[in-house]
Amino acid sequence: MIQLTFYGFAALTLGGALAVLLTRNVMYAAFFLLLTLLGVAGLFVLASADFLAVAQIMIYVGGVLVLVIFGVMLTHKPDTKTNADSQQPNRVPSLNRLSNSWVVTVLVASGIFVTLYSLLSRSSFVLLQQPIGWESTVTRVGMQLMTEYLVPFELVGILLLAALVGATHLAGRKTAD
Amino acid sequence: MIMNSYLFLTVAAALFSIGLAIVLLKRHVIVVLMGIELMLNAANINLAVFSQYDPNRIQGQMLALFVMVVAAAESAVALAIVLQVYRHYKTVQLDELNELRF
Repeated sequence: MIQLTFYGFAALTLGGALAVLLTRNVMYAAFFLLLTLLGVAGLFVLASADFLAVAQIMIYVGGVLVLVIFGVMLTHKPDTKTNADSQQPNRVPSLNRLSNSWVVTVLVASGIFVTLYSLLSRSSFVLLQQPIGWESTVTRVGMQLMTEYLVPFELVGILLLAALVGATHLAGRKTAD
Repeated sequence: MIMNSYLFLTVAAALFSIGLAIVLLKRHVIVVLMGIELMLNAANINLAVFSQYDPNRIQGQMLALFVMVVAAAESAVALAIVLQVYRHYKTVQLDELNELRF
């Protein structure tokens, strides 16, 4: 049962990511990213990181994805005459370059994946042979945030505040000129 | 009850590769940002998996939490910049942004 759940979430994650890679519509890519992030949240739960899963859903799905969809909609350009006859002479070279970049990218990405996979399948971590069990980590995360990680916690809060204030300033219209 | 950790690591490796392919292949700025988010998520999966074996200090999960916060800050600033770029150049395709002069 737990295996089935794992494979379901893994398929959701990887399928969503592949769909982001393959779709041509930016809005669809944003929605497939939603599937991927939910799948990653499920994988977090299976890795006994339940606080992280809830944080993932709240930060990514509730924050980052909404920002991304806003960005997509604000920068959306309706399909105008870009594919009309005026671009026809450039068609063949650009198509050629496009397929070249596909080949190179697929080679690089699959090369990295094959390297990582062969490393993983040949390695045997000593750490991973310890017995573990599933347990909730919420209380532990709270204790760690208030003791060992107090200074990074405050620092990252200040960083987030500064970044958000800077983002609103950057995105605002310039009124001086 | 508990999954084999190598499966998690394999899924994370595949997710990282797909994110890298998106970053290299796509021409739209926002889709490239999505690829970066996918790579950060793959790293977070690895951190959470290894953090299972450290149940007292859970350093991996704490680092993953900070990674998430920094990723949120990064995407907010990046989208603000993308918005200004779009206002100026009227495009967000990376191939067409080839002027530095403002």
